[in-house]
Amino acid sequence: MAEGIRDKVAVIGMGCSSFGERWNMSAADLMVESFTEALGDAGIDRDDIEAAWLGVFFDEQNIGKSAIPMSNALRLNNVPVTRVENLCATGTEAFRGAVYAVASGAADIALALGVEKLKDTGFSGLPERTHGTFEDLWLPNSTAPGAFAQLASAYSHKHGIDMADLKRAMAHVSVKSHDNGLKNPKAHLQRAITEDDVLNAPPVAYPLGVLDCCGVSDGSACAIVARPEIAAQLGKDQIVGVKSVQLSISNGVEASHTSWDGAHTMTTRRASAKAYVEAGITDPKADLGMIEVHDCFSITELVVMEDLGLSEPGKAPADILEGRYDASGDIPCQIDGGLKCFGHPIGASGLRMLYEVYQQLLGRAGDRQLDRVDFGLTHNLGGIPNRNVASISILGGMN
Amino acid sequence: MSIGIADIAVYLPRARLERSTIAAAHAWAVPGLKGRGKGQIAAANWDEDSVTLAHAAARRLSGDITGLQFCSTSMPFADRSHASLLVEALQLDPTTATQDSGASARAGTSALLCALRSGQQNAVVVAAEKRLAKPASEQEIGQGDAGVAVHCGEPALAEFIDGDTLATDFVDHYRAADSDFDYAFEARWVRDEGYLADLPAMIPQLLSRNDLEAGDVAQFVINAPARVRARIAKQAGLSNAATDSAVDGQVGDAGCAAPLLMLAEALGRAADGDLLIVGGFGQGVDLMLLRATARRPTAFADALAAGASDDNYLRYLSHRGLLQMDWGKRAERDVRTAQSAYYRARDQVSGFVGGRCTACGTVQYPRTRACVNPDCRTFDTQVPHPFADLTGTVKSFTEDWQAYSPAPPLLYGNITFEGGANIFMQFTDTASGELGVGDSVSMQFRIKDIDRNRGFQRYFWKAVPVREH
Repeated sequence: MAEGIRDKVAVIGMGCSSFGERWNMSAADLMVESFTEALGDAGIDRDDIEAAWLGVFFDEQNIGKSAIPMSNALRLNNVPVTRVENLCATGTEAFRGAVYAVASGAADIALALGVEKLKDTGFSGLPERTHGTFEDLWLPNSTAPGAFAQLASAYSHKHGIDMADLKRAMAHVSVKSHDNGLKNPKAHLQRAITEDDVLNAPPVAYPLGVLDCCGVSDGSACAIVARPEIAAQLGKDQIVGVKSVQLSISNGVEASHTSWDGAHTMTTRRASAKAYVEAGITDPKADLGMIEVHDCFSITELVVMEDLGLSEPGKAPADILEGRYDASGDIPCQIDGGLKCFGHPIGASGLRMLYEVYQQLLGRAGDRQLDRVDFGLTHNLGGIPNRNVASISILGGMN
Repeated sequence: MSIGIADIAVYLPRARLERSTIAAAHAWAVPGLKGRGKGQIAAANWDEDSVTLAHAAARRLSGDITGLQFCSTSMPFADRSHASLLVEALQLDPTTATQDSGASARAGTSALLCALRSGQQNAVVVAAEKRLAKPASEQEIGQGDAGVAVHCGEPALAEFIDGDTLATDFVDHYRAADSDFDYAFEARWVRDEGYLADLPAMIPQLLSRNDLEAGDVAQFVINAPARVRARIAKQAGLSNAATDSAVDGQVGDAGCAAPLLMLAEALGRAADGDLLIVGGFGQGVDLMLLRATARRPTAFADALAAGASDDNYLRYLSHRGLLQMDWGKRAERDVRTAQSAYYRARDQVSGFVGGRCTACGTVQYPRTRACVNPDCRTFDTQVPHPFADLTGTVKSFTEDWQAYSPAPPLLYGNITFEGGANIFMQFTDTASGELGVGDSVSMQFRIKDIDRNRGFQRYFWKAVPVREH
């Protein structure tokens, strides 16, 4: 394995817009909101940015193709700006581009920004999208909740866990995230819910109800990254370093081969294993002080606890119900409220997760501040369980 | 070499709409329908049309097929060979002689009579209908959907003795080319001047030409109302012929498929050597005189049994496009078909032919350049591997109330097949709460998407639970 990027890049500033139904804000407005916060945080001039990456998912609406909308909105100084799209890992993919630019020496300071303006769709949930001219001829007209709900039926069957019991653990996932989101002024949904609320919510896709699903929101988040020496020159007392960024992409096995059991996300296992090595983490259960995972649906978060190696196979429901991933648990998960409370403006989500890890590492998380975080992990799962992109990023202190 | 019926196959859609439900829905406007409210009609799902009904019947035939004639008055396309589509969906040899014929309730019998008279071995006549009828019309409560396929050749089930045909421009009903619905004239006139005008004389002539007596005929069937059928038999002197049919009460008038359905039913209850007369009526008459063998096909009885009572009239209307439901904005998704992409992959899409890796043996769908087996991944090793007749096992599923489907919830899931394949597929004909992980499913050729912007519809395969009935 290559030597990797551990500690070659520092995060010197981050910004995150409020997430929600931002009816009166355009994508450009949201980009400016997160960018100005990050620029102020970094303490640099806009023209110090030498390269930028923009993450946007939906072409069907929003701002169209290319990175020009960001170069325009932020009036960047004609620097190279690249638009990336990699399903729900889009925001992390933008971050990866900026981090690699700095790690390679091609840029001293780079910007990664993700944005998504979902609430111009005119309806709840995500728009349906094409899979391409051939796949549309045969793939089901699935939705995200329906595709992720598959994990639940397969998981229940594989581990012999009654669906009612699995549903209770899934409900706890949502309740815990709402408890956390209540303390986050930038979250879309800031209200407490109960397990009964989740279990009695209207059905969306069996066995998921409305409160097993994350919200749909507008939002933007961004990161400015630089060589660690620059962070020091800027007078930062605490420097947040990038320990790892890894991706793993399905190659068709889950979709077309029986070797996949349907009850786990194969790519999360691959990406996290590589990320732990790159970051120098030998015992993730002990080393990770917090995790922000892709809780698009409660069942996704549940199986990902096993895929990250934090719960033993078949034991995630019990660990969840015991509070292991609650704010007061061993490994707080979605301490900011997660996708569940922020919603999932796709291009922004990966960077929004990194924003929370960054705040926690710097001790700036206010009422949500955790006692001690050495390493924080973020995880995205783009696509659907049998055809997806998984990303893992790990940040940690450098001094 | 003698010719006759080598095999016969029937498909009836699963839903059997109770006629009492239809009558009750219209009681406020047409209370007289109550008198027709006994029995059921076979009602196609939204994703079934005359092509899929024909396919479901024809795929049950055994034996070689060298010709395929598709008969229907409810073909989805005015200009596209449905028979060619069926050849590919059935994975028949592309040199199969194909023809579409319609435009009359006699289309099925005319095609069958022609095939039998020509003596062509291994020709298949497949007739199917999914006709629209105006709500509260006599047609609505009387018509059913069905597919039936007749394999001509070695007379394993019945020997063809002789036939007659007569063309008359007797317009008992018609449907203009640009109309969805039939326009019918008074039934009493149709009975007196149509059914009873020529048939009572034609039948004895056909029999005497073959040195047979009217009293020798064991069964007489024709697409006519049950009472009219009995009167024809009586006036023709068929004193010993049974004329009853479960098609009347339990399927409904299936247009040009009806006489062939009744043929399947008649063969199923015939004794060895029984004489049968099968008639077709529609701007003239077809008659076929057949002699049954000892083999009694169960195709009709099996299809009749494989149904489930349905009392949802609104859903019936919606499935036929007669009720404009608000399916939400997800239904606005563009489902344009790139014909070039479809053409390249048509054996995979229409025929459900995937691949089998010759290096490792893994079967897979779709068929790709590199094998999907993670321990193989070899390039260009795959040979065609058919999935249509395989039984799959449900690995995971959902009932999705958010996805657009004309029959919510949309059911789909991962299905595994022996040999290594996993396919993410839609289910059909499956009720909410019916499915479980580990269940066995069979594969059915159905409409996948309807492109209302361009008047096109595309087909693919869906999974249906394997049931006793």
